[in-house]
Amino acid sequence: MSEELHPVRLTVNGVTHRVEVPARRLLSDALRHDVGLTGTHVGCEHGVCGACTVLVDGDPVRSCLMLAVSAADHEITTVEGLAAPDGTLSPVQQAFAECHGLQCGFCTPGFLTTITAGLRENPCPSHEQAREMIAGNLCRCTGYQNIVKAVERAAQIGASDKAAS
Amino acid sequence: MTTKLMGQRVQRVEDQRFLRGQGRYVDDVAVENGTLHAAVLRSPHAHARIIDIDVSALLDMDGVHAVFTYDDLADFTPEMAEPLPLLIPHPALTHGRTQYALAKDEVNYVGEAIAFVVADDRYVAEDAVGQIVVDYEVLTPVVGIPTARAARNLVHDDIPGNVAAHFEQNVGDAQAAIAGAPHRLSLDLSIERSACMPMEGRGVVARWDRDLNRLQLWASTQTATGVRAAVAVKMGLDLGQVDVITPDVGGGFGVKINHPWPEDLLVPMAAKLLGRMVKFTEDRREHFISSAHERGQDQHIEVGFDDEGRILGLDVEFWHDHGAYTPYGLIVPIITSTQLLGPYKPQNYRVVFESLYTNTVIVTPYRGAGRPQGVFAMERTMDAIAQYLGKDRTQVRAVNFIRPDEFPFDHGLIFQDGRPLIYDSGDYPQSLEKIKALIGWDDFPALQAEMAAQGRRFGIGLACYVEGTGVGPYEGGHVHIETTGKVKVATGLTTQGQGHATVFAQLVADELGVKFEDVEVVTGDTRRMPYAVGTYASRAAVMSGSAIHLAAKRAKEKALKIAADALEADPDDLQIVDGVVSVKGSPGTSIDLGTVAVLSNPLRYAFDEKSKLATQFSVGHPDRPPVPRGEEPGLEGKDFYSPDRATFASGMHAAIVETSEDTAEITIHKYAVVHDCGHLINPMIVEGQIHGGVAQGIGGALYERMAYDDAGQLLNASFMDFLIPYVSEIPDGIAVDHLETPSPLNPLGIKGAGEAGVIPGSAVLAAAIEDAEKLPVTAMPISPSDLFTLRLEHTQ
Repeated sequence: MSEELHPVRLTVNGVTHRVEVPARRLLSDALRHDVGLTGTHVGCEHGVCGACTVLVDGDPVRSCLMLAVSAADHEITTVEGLAAPDGTLSPVQQAFAECHGLQCGFCTPGFLTTITAGLRENPCPSHEQAREMIAGNLCRCTGYQNIVKAVERAAQIGASDKAAS
Repeated sequence: MTTKLMGQRVQRVEDQRFLRGQGRYVDDVAVENGTLHAAVLRSPHAHARIIDIDVSALLDMDGVHAVFTYDDLADFTPEMAEPLPLLIPHPALTHGRTQYALAKDEVNYVGEAIAFVVADDRYVAEDAVGQIVVDYEVLTPVVGIPTARAARNLVHDDIPGNVAAHFEQNVGDAQAAIAGAPHRLSLDLSIERSACMPMEGRGVVARWDRDLNRLQLWASTQTATGVRAAVAVKMGLDLGQVDVITPDVGGGFGVKINHPWPEDLLVPMAAKLLGRMVKFTEDRREHFISSAHERGQDQHIEVGFDDEGRILGLDVEFWHDHGAYTPYGLIVPIITSTQLLGPYKPQNYRVVFESLYTNTVIVTPYRGAGRPQGVFAMERTMDAIAQYLGKDRTQVRAVNFIRPDEFPFDHGLIFQDGRPLIYDSGDYPQSLEKIKALIGWDDFPALQAEMAAQGRRFGIGLACYVEGTGVGPYEGGHVHIETTGKVKVATGLTTQGQGHATVFAQLVADELGVKFEDVEVVTGDTRRMPYAVGTYASRAAVMSGSAIHLAAKRAKEKALKIAADALEADPDDLQIVDGVVSVKGSPGTSIDLGTVAVLSNPLRYAFDEKSKLATQFSVGHPDRPPVPRGEEPGLEGKDFYSPDRATFASGMHAAIVETSEDTAEITIHKYAVVHDCGHLINPMIVEGQIHGGVAQGIGGALYERMAYDDAGQLLNASFMDFLIPYVSEIPDGIAVDHLETPSPLNPLGIKGAGEAGVIPGSAVLAAAIEDAEKLPVTAMPISPSDLFTLRLEHTQ
């Protein structure tokens, strides 16, 4: 017996994709395997590690805990959508490069999306708030010190970009 | 002028890809390509006989392409039906045992692979796995070291006492020295299991090309060449028919060193049989129950010492839990037994261990590989001696140090690589001074008293380690200067986030005199470098770094020779700066490296302007062969580095903790690291390795344990229940200081740095908690409830 498929329009990084998926298909799998955007990574599939975090209407969401069918008609941003259209890295991405905020890079997309949303809400976090901003994401490589640094650096870059514009 | 890059904090080139979501991990390969997906039926029992497997329900399932059990393997090749290889045999491993790719008659741990299903997608494959019916006769499992030692039940019927190996090494006569020593102590210690837990689990993708009769395999591995050889043997293929490509790897920490995993064989087998690409991506629960763990050891130590705390005799006995099988041999307990000596020189030493079977997941090296246990044994002993004598803990360590003028220092033991345990260089007294300054050792008693006056319990601890890094046997490097002047570098070992593309490019840019941006490094692709060993034991920088350095030297020699001909100059008078070869002192006389590459390859045909320059009618002398005897066309350099023995990095960690009187919660207020890995290639990357290692060490000391019940069920096989530290568990800012005692063993004077951060974690935190609580801490990890129980026991 074949599984019933549901046509879903997924708007990812401003582009609409039409996919046909079973009702049980996770958003993370739909993004990776149906849309082909493999930047979103799956680390635990039970919502603890945060590697699969994407932005849904601007809010960080664990895409391994959301079904693709329920993402229809929402604006999804993945790590591929963070840089400017001309390829310029976003402040958060740039800060990660400057501060050595990544090693194997597997958890990085989840951190980048989480921090992007975090800084939108609180553009000038205190040191303690910078730590809290990433306290729901697991990284096995960096020991976090440089990721916290990257949050603070991203806030700085964001502030100076704002001042310049 | 090109700036020397060795020692510079160069930003990583690989980051651009990762930051844009353009990393390429194994599960990213062959997406949207009609690829089939695999799922594995795993044993729900820790110990059981398989009476029958019924797969009939799968035969008509939509989307299911194949199901395999043990009985199908011999139809493919006879080798596939044999046990998996025992990778590193050892004379003491008298009862080694490995599992089959799919269980034959018996399962020995929860998670052991029984059947392999291939379907249109992973969801359907998992559905199908759920339809397989297995009839088991459940047997009594052996869980934990005491149960294994008691041997009332056996893991393998024919292996007496559950003992795979009994191994002893001696220097002098430890027992006599202890008996004759002025003071004696004995300690019983234990460390529980933990696991590597890279954020990306295992993964493998295979494509069988029936036109070329070749297998292409993508694997998330630490040893591409090892997977290649293992798969070739099991598939009945020539090595030359198998390519293994290791793209980006989402962390390894040791667990991706073992090979082949059952899936490494089953996936290519299915790909060949079905004529489709097949992919297996491990999920997190599978990683917990079917990959590998490490760390579990019970230890008994007898020590004899003089009034100064100088060890006169040390006798260590320990029991190592290696799980249900021994695919990776005795590497972990051998490392514990040799590396526990650390920076010290007990004059008489006996160590004996037993490596024991239990009905649990296999054990293979986890970052630090046996050293955290060894350091725990030795450093707890040092602390016990200091306490017994009423001396400062740093003084007792200092009197036992190998002195700087005693290098190279021969311990008289055989190390894990089968070579003598000889330390190459170090300066432990200076390291001790640095760590005392960094943590504020001498000021701590005042702080402790001040806190005590406020009713707060503060404690300080330190621990020293020496780490054998850069073990052989060899690695290779290949450097190819293209006609564009770009430099392509290949080495066979893999990368799991250590920044190899950056540090190796730094070395090549320095040696060749080219721009850093013009160097591109490829790792772990057997098509580019088929001879290689792997990324483990903090060996990449030492081994491949040295090999690439030597290869770059060769490429440079050749470039200078050709350029000297072209410029009618002496090679000794030439220099290369920013990719341009010029005569020293006469910058006008120059030639681009790319042009040198053009000249190095005399061609028959002119494809473009560049190749026109290199046709046989324009290159070389008409009365000499276009390619001189003993030369090869092209501007390349290849070389291998094979060391006499390992390098020995070292370091010391210290921590200040607070334990809550009410909740027994343990808070780390300060953590400091002094680290000596010889010359630093990129201090930023080394510090990153230390930060990450410290976080793993803290995880191992305070949070991470494998909670097996008596039935052999792993009760915490998820990130909800197995606690990896978040940022909230890691102290805010780890103080790091470097010491550089160059290794005389390699051309760069470097030692490995990958594991140092994790090694002393349990020892240093046990010491600090002990100091805060004034009660002995002998077992790690220690949770608040463990500490609470310990307090109760101590007051009784």
